[in-house]
Amino acid sequence: MAGPAPRLSIYDALAANRIRTAVLIAVFTLIVLALGFVFGEYLQPGGGAALMPFAIGFSALSSAGSYFAGDKVVLGMSHARELGVGEEPQLRNIVEALAIGSGLPTPKLYLIDDTAPNAFATGRDPRHASIAVTRGLLAKLERTELEAVLAHEMSHIGNRDIRVMLLVIVLVGTVALLADWLMRSMWWGGRRGRDRDRGGAVALLAFALALVTPVIATLIQLAVSRQREYLADASAALLTRYPPALASALRKIAADREPLEVANKATASLYIANPLKDRPAFFDGLFDTHPPVEERIRRLEAMG
Amino acid sequence: MEIALVVAGILVVLAFFLISMYNRLVTLRQRVREAWADIDVQLKRRWDLIPNLVETVKGYAAHERQTFEAVTQARAQAIAAATSGSPEQRASAENALGGALLNLRAVAEAYPQLQAVQEFKDLSENLSATEDKIAFARRFYNGGVRDYNTALMTFPTNVLGGMFGFTPEQYFELTDVAERAVPQVKFT
Repeated sequence: MAGPAPRLSIYDALAANRIRTAVLIAVFTLIVLALGFVFGEYLQPGGGAALMPFAIGFSALSSAGSYFAGDKVVLGMSHARELGVGEEPQLRNIVEALAIGSGLPTPKLYLIDDTAPNAFATGRDPRHASIAVTRGLLAKLERTELEAVLAHEMSHIGNRDIRVMLLVIVLVGTVALLADWLMRSMWWGGRRGRDRDRGGAVALLAFALALVTPVIATLIQLAVSRQREYLADASAALLTRYPPALASALRKIAADREPLEVANKATASLYIANPLKDRPAFFDGLFDTHPPVEERIRRLEAMG
Repeated sequence: MEIALVVAGILVVLAFFLISMYNRLVTLRQRVREAWADIDVQLKRRWDLIPNLVETVKGYAAHERQTFEAVTQARAQAIAAATSGSPEQRASAENALGGALLNLRAVAEAYPQLQAVQEFKDLSENLSATEDKIAFARRFYNGGVRDYNTALMTFPTNVLGGMFGFTPEQYFELTDVAERAVPQVKFT
């Protein structure tokens, strides 16, 4: 990216995230409608319109589902276990202190039983927020570093980043599944070699794919706003008043070469630092879910 | 007729404007009070931790009487300041307590046996956590006071604030104990 990054305050972030949420749901609904139309036309020429009510119902249901239950899905996918009251008292103490400092309710705490150090926050709003940390994070970081990482996650909660990320993950996943399923059913339908002319359907399929692919790319773009990570780093530094702690925590997390087994392409963007360590260099930049750690550290050190 | 409508329209807009300004002041003041309650809870928790901590350290370092007395006295003064003093007096009493506790911990460092006791470790972690929370609660409170006082001092909210008797709140200045107080280290 050329030129200086635009300045972004927490109020801008809140407003931007509200717009992002609306855009996400609108785009998702449009894609589902388009896919439904293509499938309807495929089943019976002119049948696209008949499928529209189903498509609208489906997109409403999955939007609501990801809004209300998406955090459970994400935590389940990451094999995170909720911590009881007496467990990991230091972690709980730090999170409670940070919650007081940022004026937010204390989020629920989850533990991922993995030695790779990493953490993420999820939920639909601060009252329904969760922070998950790996066992490796607790073992490898000093108290001040752990506090800095948790402050970064609290900032994502305070900025409502967690809602946008959650919707992106679940809705993009749903679109990918739908497109995949549609493609397969058309493929098999075509293979059976019926008499009816499928030329129109094939053209529509090509059209649908051409439509869906760039839109998914856009959605991922929305998810991976680099500004968001920089802003969360800055807010964390403001909250703890000690930027070097986050810098050294990021350095430790980045230096750890162990990939986090429970993370996948869909959930990678949630974590504080990219959990997929074995990625081929070709994809760097294209699907980068995080700004380079070196740049984040440089900015944090400039604050100190 | 038309002029009357225009005037009525302006009045309605003005009323909405005043109401939203008033509500903003109330919200800001409410936030300050909630933040104050947060500080209060954490300060009280620190008082509650002290007797146990003193007893535990006493078991291993009975002759450090001066330190224990200083802590106990500072605690009593902090409790007294909470019921009768101004926020300023309270802050200075809590500040003194923080300093006395720092001394206590410095003394405890000299006893390796004590450091190995689980009860002491738990109390220590609890005290650190509580002091952390006090620091964060104080920061959040002072941030709230800053926003509220700024609203009270800037135009046009200052006019409305004066009309409805909003008064500025006091900052809670608990200077960073760890930076200020120099632990007494006795070489005897």
